[in-house]
Amino acid sequence: MARDGAIQFAEMTSVEQLSPGLTNEQQPGRYRLRQGDGDRLFDWNHGPQGVKPHCFSPREVLWSEQGEPLRFQPRLPAQAPIALVGVRACDLAALSIQDKHFLHADAPDPHYRQRREQLLLIGVDCAHSAETCFCVSTGDGPALDGGYDIGISELDEGFLLWPGSDKGQTITDRLALQPADDRQLESMLRISTQAAEEQQRSLPQPAELRRLYRRLEHSHWQDVADRCLACGNCTAVCPTCFCYDTGHEMSLDGENAQMVRQWDSCFSAGHSYMAGLLVRANVLQRYRQWLTHKLAGWQEQQGRTGCTGCGRCISWCPVGIDLTQEAAAILREGSVDV
Amino acid sequence: MSDLYLPRTAVIDQRTQESPTIFTLRMQFEDDHAQQAFDFSPGQFNMVTLFGVGEIAISIVNDPQDSHFFDHTIRVVGRVSEGMSGLRPGDRVGIRGPFGRGWPLDEARGKDVLLVTGGLGCAPLVSVIRYLMNRRDQFGHITILQGVKHSSDLIWREQYDIWSREHEVKVLLAADVVTREWRGQQGMVTELIGELNLRIGRAIALLCGPELMMMAAIANLRSMGLADNQIWFSMERNMQCGVGQCGHCQIGPKYVCRDGPVFCYSELADFMGTKGF
Ligand SMILES: Cc1cc2nc3c(=O)[nH]c(=O)nc-3n(C[C@H](O)[C@H](O)[C@H](O)COP(=O)(O)OP(=O)(O)OC[C@H]3O[C@@H](n4cnc5c(N)ncnc54)[C@H](O)[C@@H]3O)c2cc1C
Ligand code: SF4
Repeated sequence: MARDGAIQFAEMTSVEQLSPGLTNEQQPGRYRLRQGDGDRLFDWNHGPQGVKPHCFSPREVLWSEQGEPLRFQPRLPAQAPIALVGVRACDLAALSIQDKHFLHADAPDPHYRQRREQLLLIGVDCAHSAETCFCVSTGDGPALDGGYDIGISELDEGFLLWPGSDKGQTITDRLALQPADDRQLESMLRISTQAAEEQQRSLPQPAELRRLYRRLEHSHWQDVADRCLACGNCTAVCPTCFCYDTGHEMSLDGENAQMVRQWDSCFSAGHSYMAGLLVRANVLQRYRQWLTHKLAGWQEQQGRTGCTGCGRCISWCPVGIDLTQEAAAILREGSVDV
Repeated sequence: MSDLYLPRTAVIDQRTQESPTIFTLRMQFEDDHAQQAFDFSPGQFNMVTLFGVGEIAISIVNDPQDSHFFDHTIRVVGRVSEGMSGLRPGDRVGIRGPFGRGWPLDEARGKDVLLVTGGLGCAPLVSVIRYLMNRRDQFGHITILQGVKHSSDLIWREQYDIWSREHEVKVLLAADVVTREWRGQQGMVTELIGELNLRIGRAIALLCGPELMMMAAIANLRSMGLADNQIWFSMERNMQCGVGQCGHCQIGPKYVCRDGPVFCYSELADFMGTKGF
């Protein structure tokens, strides 16, 4: 739904609340909704939030404690089932990356799991790419490729709909659907091919990106650091960033307290704090941490980069820093690998 | 599914003031089953919660065969550690753990072991020293190099004396600033490394302390011919969760809490000494 000038996931009771013909314009440091002529419902790409806040809550209580005698009580979220409608391929890929992180076999996060299990995901093929999208180069879009319960492709004449999971199947079984004809299937393919062809940006390939770790002293890091405000917008809108901070909050009478976690960012000063020392004291080191982790470190940790090409970090960066360009510059110019 | 963030309560049995800013808390889980099931290896750590104040990473300093209790030696550096210094026998804390990968005991078995510690950062090594001393026949020569800034900073002095009387155990102490009673060396602990007669082919080095000290020691050891995969050290980074979720402790692609805190030099060589990692 459109809210506060952006597409957002919000509670919906009627299809009338969607805005026919709405599109978005996204550029480095710029996001605007535009009213187009048509009456298509999903011609926009995405707003600042992906699926992330619905599984990894921006702020939540992990447990509570009582002081005398000391006792700890679990505080798992009571999450009602929700359906997210209009999720894009890049965000489904990002969700599977977050699943791997938070539901890691050695240490699955029960809070994340509780929320995750309540999600019904209705994916939709993108019919257009925003100027900041580059999911083709990361292999994650613009057409759906798994991770959803029900898939949708919006044609001019209506919707193609298919199940992507058992849960989705139980729903599609109850709908009075007509089988798609060849012409409709062709249009579906044409639409997402066209969206792919619209893309102007691309990220270097994973093997290339691993070389970022060999270029930690490249002079271009300072060039980015001179522009970057270390505001952390990019990490907040990134659908895969997972860093969080924890802290205790005491009740006023001092008898109870709770452990709260909230999103943190590797751009914050406290992120690398150790008694009396900041491991990453300046913007250069923080931007370098973010980019090298996202594009290189993640490959060792999860077998793929932590970027699915959604381009949000480009649109929502107040100074329009573009990671595809920065990564390419560091890999291309100047100093050789060390 | 068990909640990996939820601490279990432990009761403090004993508190020892080791130096003006360092104290040791001996504790046991309130639940006997939890205490009996508590199984750790030297170099691992717990996340210790002080009611309403915070949770911090603290090494376990015992030999794993001490099954009735466990000890944490804590230095006062800030909010949480300061608060913990006020704990007394009978008080309770929350414990999650043990976490992380400890010292490479299998790799060290049968070898000469050199242990280098500097500053006040000896806690992560104490557990492995105890382990070696209690299983003397499984290891070759043992050399402990302990460096401190000021000779009065040395804790566990009697313990070092006892260890030094063991068969084929050498203890060398060094302080930058010494008082008259000091019986160790004056100078940097890293300078002592060059004077050792290490049997390079059969030695393994375990290091712990300030990173600059460890880097100097690593440079010395490598120049003496010790292989990168025989140099191991314990790292610290900001830690919120201890289980590889919160993202703070990463050094390049490694999580200190899960892949470490003990690392082999060859695993982190690309990042050691690069500011910002
Ligand atoms: C694996 C590991 C083992 C450790 N073992 C011991 C030990 O046996 N004894 C001991 O005295 N100290 C140990 N430390 C260091 C100890 O965790 C810090 O001194 C402690 O977190 C400082 O907290 P504070 O609130 O007192 O200080 P503050 O300066 O107020 O710190 C604020 C917060 O920052 C974080 N933080 C600050 N310094 C560190 C640090 N060095 N490491 C991790 N997080 C930090 C913590 O979340 C802390 O609560 C260990 C650290 C790690 C990572
Ligand atoms: S890259 Fe942009 S969004 Fe990210 S911290 Fe820097 S200024 Fe903020």
